[in-house]
This record gives sequence, structure tokens and C-alpha cells, in this order.
Amino acid sequence: MANSTAEKARAAANEQINMMAVIAPAVGWLIPGAGHMIQKRWIRGALLLISISTLFMLGLLMQGRIYKANGGDILDILGFVGDVGAGGLYIVTMAKDWGQGAIAFATADYGTKFMIVAGLLNFIAVADAYHIAIGKKQ
Amino acid sequence: MTVTLNHFSAAFVFALFASIVFGITHRDTARDMIRYGLYCFAMFLGGTIVAGWAMWVLRR
Repeated sequence: MANSTAEKARAAANEQINMMAVIAPAVGWLIPGAGHMIQKRWIRGALLLISISTLFMLGLLMQGRIYKANGGDILDILGFVGDVGAGGLYIVTMAKDWGQGAIAFATADYGTKFMIVAGLLNFIAVADAYHIAIGKKQ
Repeated sequence: MTVTLNHFSAAFVFALFASIVFGITHRDTARDMIRYGLYCFAMFLGGTIVAGWAMWVLRR
């Protein structure tokens, strides 16, 4: 009887972990740092949110260009993959039609790279949220 | 609204935020996160300065 109850509790805990292993990366991709926040890593989540969002928005304000889905040049495809990592920030940017200007000066090119790097950093944050969810990391 | 950063401030901002994310995601304890973040920041910014001076030397 006692064993059965313990097994049920363990199964429920495992199910919860498995659910979190799916939800945390998805939420973390959509809103940078949110994957950590829903697992009660508030400070880490807030720092990730501030870092990734600021980098992305600075890129936009520096007149950086956002990449759309494309099947052309390999660098354009990689640029899209990087940008799309920013999740919700990328979706809003595309919806508002921001980041479409022609690059006219050197720092605008830095802006483009800032946005790509923000997306790539968010991919790392998503992987970290997953590792926390499966118990590989505290 | 447009933000114009010079080369060094762009490198500084990049190093700062990338180091924060690297520190959080690559280490397990708070102390190690801070240490690794500072290490990454120093490497990013130090690398930029070294590369800048190397290009200055090569140009001469």
C-alpha cells in the first residue's frame, strides 16, 4: 500500500517534470527569460529578459535589418535562424514591419548582428531552461 | 528614434549582455556564474582591444 502511494507520487512528480520540460523551453523562446521565471528562477530570468531584450531592441534602434524567412543565400538563412531565436521580439518586429531599412552606416550593421546574437543567446537560455526542467541543472 | 553607438561602446554593450547570458547558462552556482560572467566580459572586451591594437600595428 505504502509502495503504491510512493509510486503514484513519483509518477506524478515525473509527469510534472515532463510537462515543464516542454512548457519551459516554449515559454522561454516566446519571452526571453520566462522559461526560468516559471521555474521560480526569478533573478536569472529577469537578467536574461533584460539582457536579451535590450540587445535586440538596441539592434533595432541602431537601424539594424531583420531577416525574413528565405531560401536564398546561406548567410541570409543563418541570419533568419538567429533572428527567429528571439521569439516574441521577432514576431512583434515582423508584425510592426520594423527593421526593414537599408543599412546606410557601419553601426547599422552592428545593429543587425546585435539582433542575431540576441536570438542566438535566447536559444542558449531556452536550452538552459530545459536543463533546469529535467533536473540536470539547479 | 535612432541610437548611434561608436565602435567601442557597441563592443562594450555586446560584451556586457552576452557575458550575463553566458554566466547564467554555463555555470551552476551563483558564485561561479558571476566569476564566469566577469571572465567572459574581460575576454570579450580584452579581445576587442587587442584586435584593435593588432590592426593598428598591421596598418603601419
